[in-house]
Amino acid sequence: MNILELDSLKKYFATQKAVDDISFNIQQGSIFGLLGPNGAGKTTLLRMITGIFYPDSGNIQFNGQPFHPEKNNIDIGYMPEERGLYKKMKIGEQALYLARLKGMSKNDAMDSIKKWFIKFEMESWWNKKVEDLSKGMSQKLQFVTTVLHNPKLIILDEPFSGLDPVNANLIKDEIFNLAKNGATIIFSTHRMEQVEEICDHIVLVNKGKKILDGSVHQVKQDFKENIYKLGANVLAEQLMTYIFEVVKYEPNQLLLKLQHDTTTNELLKYFINQNITINSFNEVLPSLNDIFIKLVEDTKATRQFQNIES
Amino acid sequence: MNKIFLIIGREYFTRVKKKSFLITTILVPLIIIGFYVAIFAISMNGSDDVQQIAVIDDAHIFNGKADTSNPKLHFTLIENETEKSFLNKYKNLNYQSFLYIPKVIDSVSKNKFTLHSPSSVSLTTMSDVEDLINNTIRKNQLIANGIDPKEFDKKSNSVTLDNAIETKEGQKKSFAGVAYAVSFGCGFLIYMMMMIYGTQVMRGVTEEKTNRIAEVMVSSVKPFQMMMGKIVGIGAVGLTQFAIWIILLLGVQMLAPLIFPQFMEQMQHASTASSEDLSIAATAFEGISNLPIAKIIFLFLFYFLGGYLTYASIFAAVGSVVSEDQQEAQQLVFPVIMPIILGFVIMTKAVNEPNSSLAIFGSLFPLTSPIVMMGRITYDVPFWQMGLSMLLLIGCFLFFTWITGKIYRTGILMYGKKPSWKEMIKWAFRK
Repeated sequence: MNILELDSLKKYFATQKAVDDISFNIQQGSIFGLLGPNGAGKTTLLRMITGIFYPDSGNIQFNGQPFHPEKNNIDIGYMPEERGLYKKMKIGEQALYLARLKGMSKNDAMDSIKKWFIKFEMESWWNKKVEDLSKGMSQKLQFVTTVLHNPKLIILDEPFSGLDPVNANLIKDEIFNLAKNGATIIFSTHRMEQVEEICDHIVLVNKGKKILDGSVHQVKQDFKENIYKLGANVLAEQLMTYIFEVVKYEPNQLLLKLQHDTTTNELLKYFINQNITINSFNEVLPSLNDIFIKLVEDTKATRQFQNIES
Repeated sequence: MNKIFLIIGREYFTRVKKKSFLITTILVPLIIIGFYVAIFAISMNGSDDVQQIAVIDDAHIFNGKADTSNPKLHFTLIENETEKSFLNKYKNLNYQSFLYIPKVIDSVSKNKFTLHSPSSVSLTTMSDVEDLINNTIRKNQLIANGIDPKEFDKKSNSVTLDNAIETKEGQKKSFAGVAYAVSFGCGFLIYMMMMIYGTQVMRGVTEEKTNRIAEVMVSSVKPFQMMMGKIVGIGAVGLTQFAIWIILLLGVQMLAPLIFPQFMEQMQHASTASSEDLSIAATAFEGISNLPIAKIIFLFLFYFLGGYLTYASIFAAVGSVVSEDQQEAQQLVFPVIMPIILGFVIMTKAVNEPNSSLAIFGSLFPLTSPIVMMGRITYDVPFWQMGLSMLLLIGCFLFFTWITGKIYRTGILMYGKKPSWKEMIKWAFRK
């Protein structure tokens, strides 16, 4: 079932087509990656999903119903890229305030805060102020305030920036946990290695348009270039053939690009017939990073200002 | 609806719980009261200081007998000296100053005498000495013309004016001074409150924006709720401050006799001693009780709320469009503060001329009316003017919250460049 369905969303600003006809669906319980270079329109898109902006045109369906910000915002937790907390407010009071603004009763909010503070070892922070916290600590607090009200849809914009590996892992585990318990997570980032590790499904936007949509596995398959890594001691003169090109040559390891009509078995046969011992053989799939760079570099990555009559 | 109360509560309690709130709320009136007590004490104790003045009376206006009618001045007549010869000596003889009266006095035209002193003499001493010489010369003139000065004093009269106002409830006495003070005080308070709490609203909004909490907040509540919550919460802080001041004032009034018994005795003594002082106090009390207190309190609260809400929404919009740069804020705030200051200036005129066309205009124009109307409330304002002024203020408040709400909604999520006035007007009027 889809928790969120976006149908040809548009949002134009005075000099930018920030979001220009984007549609995609997000399945409940999935971890969804929203990728794109700086200024691609990710934040605008997220702001429409959180009800901060109204789209100029297009529809948003939330949980099978038309999206209604005032009704649905209790089901959404949003952690913006720029962290925001009241600096002079005590941490406990702040968490309570934000949870109650999401419609929780005081008792429910307190229970939830206690649970999360214990989980993240933040019990001693209650009477401290936000300005006393380090960047990483306030990041943790921000994450907690985002998920306090058990939202069905959690939107995290660069959740790991400023976190050390230990805390990043802590949050990563929580993200998996929340998804396992039925929450859907939208994860917006430039850090491709995290996307590969965490996300099930990705959408890549650039200049306000969607340029890629699919599962991580599928995307990699779609962009693979028939490159294989072969572990074997091969002499240069043994590589004289038309069935593959050598991408990279090292004495005990080769990167080979197969011609389209060649199968892997034919390749292996070729080496076996020459009596070469094969230590390892596997397909090399492109990293999301490579795909990202390839797709974005084709177009002008930096946005140009344009005049839009709306 | 519940959310806006949460916001109001937060805005209110974070400010009221701060130590600085308690300190300023209690210290400011204490400083003001202390200031007045000090002035009062100084003016009461001023009589201790007697000026020792040496006089060479070549014109013999004192007839060889120093005048003692003013206890602050002690004249000593010096014989056998000239102005020049004594000029070097009076300091050594412990006189603070030295008055020379030349031989020839023209009784009709003005005379100029010289008071020598090592440092400048205070204005009160100068005028006291002048009065004393003038009185003496007049007395001499009366005697020379065969009139007994005491008889003359008895027969000369002094007139004081009372202003009686005919109202439906009968005749009332009016006391210009009291009405003036109440009007001015109310106008000044509203002026102060709009400035102080208006800028607090602006700072609060800018802080939310630069802290980036605004984005978290608008994912939970509507921007308009955020803005109104902040405005109402801070307004409630202002009302709390008023309430504390009133309680403190009443407390001081009741406790003062216990804490400073001698002081109060002195006051009572002073007021019973001379009937004139008593009548001033009585006049003030009668003046206050003759004012339409309930009407004034109602109008004060109405115009305070109307004025504060209107300006606070403008200040909120200004706060939402500026970023960290304080100079930007200054530039944008200036045109907002202008009408407030204008209102204050018109108010100071209006308390003197409550029915002048400037005062009427100022009390109708909704951006100045909260302050200017205070300048007119102790005088009878025609019913149609009052009604029109209130309607205009309510209309103005609704209009400004409507358009500033839109500017706020856009501004609070905009970072970087400060928008131009043109852009802001475009935000305000789009759907």
